[in-house]
Amino acid sequence: MDLATFLVQCLNSVQYGLLLFLVASGLTLIFGIMGIINLAHGSFYMIGAYLAFSIAPFFGDRFLLMLLAGVLLTAAFGYLLEWAFYSYLYQREHLQQVLMTYALILVFEELRSLLVGNDVHGVKVPSWLEGSFALGDLMSYPWYRVFASVACIVVALGMYWVVNRTRLGMMIRAGASNRDMVRGLGIDIQRLYRIVFAAGVALAALAGMIAAPLSSVYPGMGGSVLIICFVVCVIGGIGSITGALIASLLVGFVDTFGKVFFAEFSGIGVYLLMAVILIWRPEGLLGKRA
Amino acid sequence: MNAAANKHAWLVPLIGAVVLAVLPPLLSPYLTDLVVKIMVFSIFALSLELLVGTTGLVSLGHAAFFGLGAYTLVLASPADGGSMAWLAPLSVGAAALYALFVGALSLRTRGVYFIMVTLAFAQMAYFVFHDTKLAGGSDGLYLYVRPRLGPIDLEQKLHLYYVVLAALVFTYALLAVVLRSRFGAALAGIRVNEQRMRAAGFATYGYKLAAFVLAGALAGLAGFLVAAKDGVVNPELLSWHESGAVLLMIILGGLGHLRGAVIGAASFVLLKELLSTESLVGPLASHWQLTLGITIIAFVALLPKGLIGLGERLGLGRKG
Repeated sequence: MDLATFLVQCLNSVQYGLLLFLVASGLTLIFGIMGIINLAHGSFYMIGAYLAFSIAPFFGDRFLLMLLAGVLLTAAFGYLLEWAFYSYLYQREHLQQVLMTYALILVFEELRSLLVGNDVHGVKVPSWLEGSFALGDLMSYPWYRVFASVACIVVALGMYWVVNRTRLGMMIRAGASNRDMVRGLGIDIQRLYRIVFAAGVALAALAGMIAAPLSSVYPGMGGSVLIICFVVCVIGGIGSITGALIASLLVGFVDTFGKVFFAEFSGIGVYLLMAVILIWRPEGLLGKRA
Repeated sequence: MNAAANKHAWLVPLIGAVVLAVLPPLLSPYLTDLVVKIMVFSIFALSLELLVGTTGLVSLGHAAFFGLGAYTLVLASPADGGSMAWLAPLSVGAAALYALFVGALSLRTRGVYFIMVTLAFAQMAYFVFHDTKLAGGSDGLYLYVRPRLGPIDLEQKLHLYYVVLAALVFTYALLAVVLRSRFGAALAGIRVNEQRMRAAGFATYGYKLAAFVLAGALAGLAGFLVAAKDGVVNPELLSWHESGAVLLMIILGGLGHLRGAVIGAASFVLLKELLSTESLVGPLASHWQLTLGITIIAFVALLPKGLIGLGERLGLGRKG
């Protein structure tokens, strides 16, 4: 493997890892703060991708505007969803939540097939991001992938600012470390839940929208992302955003380079990584000791 | 709950078994097949119930053992069909061995982490069968000749029916005995308060591992039967959808009861069958996922204790 190939694979790893981070950070927050195992989280990624496919024709080249519209729409959708389906699950056992969110996956998948059908679709890369730049003599790297990485970094920085520098972020961090205490201090926990959930949905959908031009938009795309994101959350330590970031990048590298070196066994690599890390640190890299 | 009803609680599964034994002459081939499917999934659900309902270990990777049992039968079967006498123990043994490996490692973690580690090990097994050419890849494999044992030949639907019924009765009885034993009491203790069990001098890790291996072995038995029933295996048997579905069955039925697992498996299989039958629900049949999803949401909202809780609420069922 020469240097240019290596570099391209590194860029791919980072880009994949950052995309995973957008989905996984929402998942880890929803579990850490609300205590809900949200199996339907992958569906939000799928919804984002299909949303991009459906609304792209209206926006043309105004791609950023489309992303913004998508984020607002899905955040509102998440807010409603929390109110309608999740709000009465907090007092229930984890298993009831598993049942409910599993049912939601079925509903979302079927609604998707009713509304958009079961065909595989593509989303066009906006014209100002077409083309690629040269890397070494033989390799080139598409601009859109660079855009995807940069967009994810911008969102991650924004999240860092919100979580660490604002009052809302303070409540979120407090909620993740001790839910009951936050409630005891008189913070409207219902509202906090709703905001966190809506943000998680919007982040997953944003990842789906950014990914749509990269990969095709296809039925069942939510399922594989969901499982990988659970792996990311567990490796990073549940409830830890920094942990999710480290774990996403780790998973991105293992998956991408696994495909290069061990094509046949590439599916196993990520799970092997998770098993090894959990045997070494049962609470994940940055999780708090149970 | 009165003592008299409690004393006769064992009658219910017995009557169920007798009804299943006399049923076949009344069933069409389609219904026979459906009942066999329900019984196989009941065994699968019972095996998970031992982990989730009794010991409090939520596994989201139980389908790995199910699929491994199924694949073992197909891979080990000679071209002219083998004997059940060694094929069934082989399937069960392979599943138990993998369960020993997975359990030994994953039981170091707890709670949500345990859910995820079991999932990870199941996904590893899934990708081994899906991505490599060891066993037919994503297309799976066919079982050309089903196993035999003396006069019993699983090629015949009726023989298969009674073998599956016998396996179900065996599994149910075994688990009922286990739950009433000292071992079962220790498992229940671990579910309620593991710290206290350890303080009382129980090496809880060993108990949990034993339960995990037993559950894996029984799932392997269910896998053996599903391969013998369908005559084909594919990686989807090990997928997380399958693990999710079986978890769904026992929650749907009601945790903490063996009966709940059987009721849950039966209602899940029937519900899926009914909602995808065109003569019953018309054009909605092709959208059974939507109706199934909505039905499950309604169950969660209205029946927090599962279907068995419905019986209790109506004053019919008793804890058993």
